[in-house]
Amino acid sequence: MTTSMVTNASGRTSADSFVALRDFHAFEAFGARFLYMVPSAGIFRMDDCGSAILDALEAGPLSKNDLTEKLQESFDLDRTLETLEELNEIRAIGRPDAPKEEAPNDLPPADFPLNTMVLNVTNKCNLACTYCYEYGEDKIIDTQYGKQPKFMSEDTAEESVEFLLKQSGTQPRAHLTFFGGETLLNFPVLQKTVAYARRRAAEERKTISFSLTTNATLLKPEIIQWLADNDIGVTVSIDGPKPVQDGLRVFHNGRGTYDVVLPKIKELIATHRSRPIGARVTLTQKHLNILEIYRHLTDELGFREVGLAPVTTQDHRDYAITPESKDSMLEQFKELAAEWLEHALRDEHHGFTNVTDTIEEIHKGVSKAYGCGAGLGLLGVATDGDVSLCHRFAGSPEHTIGTVSDGVDRKKQEQFLVDHHIAEKTDCHKCWARPICSGGCYHEAHVQYGDSSHANLHYCTWVRSWTHTCLEIYGALAERNPKFLERYDA
Amino acid sequence: MKRLKPINQKASRIEAFLKHEAATANDDLDVVGLRTPPHEESGPHFPLGCSLQFSPGWEVDNRGGTAGLCQPVERDIFDCHISCFWPAHVPDQLNHSPDWTGKCAAAQKDWRKLDLIFP
Repeated sequence: MTTSMVTNASGRTSADSFVALRDFHAFEAFGARFLYMVPSAGIFRMDDCGSAILDALEAGPLSKNDLTEKLQESFDLDRTLETLEELNEIRAIGRPDAPKEEAPNDLPPADFPLNTMVLNVTNKCNLACTYCYEYGEDKIIDTQYGKQPKFMSEDTAEESVEFLLKQSGTQPRAHLTFFGGETLLNFPVLQKTVAYARRRAAEERKTISFSLTTNATLLKPEIIQWLADNDIGVTVSIDGPKPVQDGLRVFHNGRGTYDVVLPKIKELIATHRSRPIGARVTLTQKHLNILEIYRHLTDELGFREVGLAPVTTQDHRDYAITPESKDSMLEQFKELAAEWLEHALRDEHHGFTNVTDTIEEIHKGVSKAYGCGAGLGLLGVATDGDVSLCHRFAGSPEHTIGTVSDGVDRKKQEQFLVDHHIAEKTDCHKCWARPICSGGCYHEAHVQYGDSSHANLHYCTWVRSWTHTCLEIYGALAERNPKFLERYDA
Repeated sequence: MKRLKPINQKASRIEAFLKHEAATANDDLDVVGLRTPPHEESGPHFPLGCSLQFSPGWEVDNRGGTAGLCQPVERDIFDCHISCFWPAHVPDQLNHSPDWTGKCAAAQKDWRKLDLIFP
């Protein structure tokens, strides 16, 4: 770094230079102050002197002389200068006219390996959940009379496996997720595909893992046994206790599903012990008692992990979550998050995966160019073999970027990656949470704004508040139980 | 890092990067000329200098050889401005910054002493 004389327009020279705060988000835990750097996503703990410097600069830029003078009663000069240098190095402070740091506007390499493929083995469902994005009011594909067959054929599934193995490149691992409609409606193809994929992966010297999402209505002892024997990760879509579940998750005749799924889920959890069984909850305006939902699913049904997500829909639907309810939802999320922290401080497991997932990203310091891996490391396959950005877009011509038989159309994919890059989301450029949010879910944006590349502005306040909460949890663990964080090292 | 503590994995990587930067700060290889072969151990080689672009007269130096090609890029500004026809944005040495070149007796040796000027 050059520290030589600076000449100004009037010809005056001064040996002193001005410093100002740059882009970061500060948070505290157990009295310690941390900086979440933007856009690098590095987290640094401040000492007293570092905190004092940041406080002094809060009101505006100061010359280095004024700054050291201000702090001379509390800290000796060497310490202040050292701290200033380190703050400058991590770019927490800098010249007032220093350019704003932006993550590089680079596209991922063209041969970016495919890591996860989501196979929509059927687009048919035995339920008629009001809010369903595939059959409900916000659907983007004509699942009823569209061109896609109701069930994926064995041939297409096998072609998809070949596609996955090829596109995974030199990666030793690949992951295949089965999705629907209701996945288990096409159980025969599912079974054959798992066997085929295992054999082919072994031939290619790769390991392959499997998971699926189901509404649990079609689980039978032999299916549960097969899932356990084949080490298939299972996520159950379920919304909570009987009144909640029966409100919107109903059969075509309107009958609730709770009583049908309850014994099946209990048997699944009792039998399938090799992988934790997760619950995936869709939250709606109708039922927002999150604590009650969480307790029911973990304490009464025995789910080891519960992830909750607000429904994806347009604002005018009666089940769309209102802005006021978003606040209440956030408060309840925070309550569960505090509980998660208490458990983590005691080295105990807590099943609220919304925290677990965010803490892992914070620990690694991910700074994303894209909201998620869709269209890149993750692809969805429709029942006819069309390859789309993710399972939520499976079958949508607008979001199809290839077929499993002909491969990915690289031009289309590149255009998608250009259009959806964080660099294009100017709304996000001033937000400190952009390394971790990066504009959010493409499908959510498509439903809300009719444009998958739009930033999800209706969730900004929510995302920032939630990220801040998770940062505080992370800081608390770093202070009191740093060993716990080592589990996220890999 | 003595005063600030890196907490997450990214912060540790930033610290390692800064350590590496500090360790190599005084290396003569901090700026790499066009004629220098790539330094593979320290990452990719990004050649800098005018002759990367095909523009007649710039693939060779003013004696027809390659020994005096504009390099490194920091020297280009100065060299373009003193010895070549190419106009370059340099500080106004008539009015505001008469001493800009005061510490740069020999550009090839002293180019690092040329500083940026802020109005």
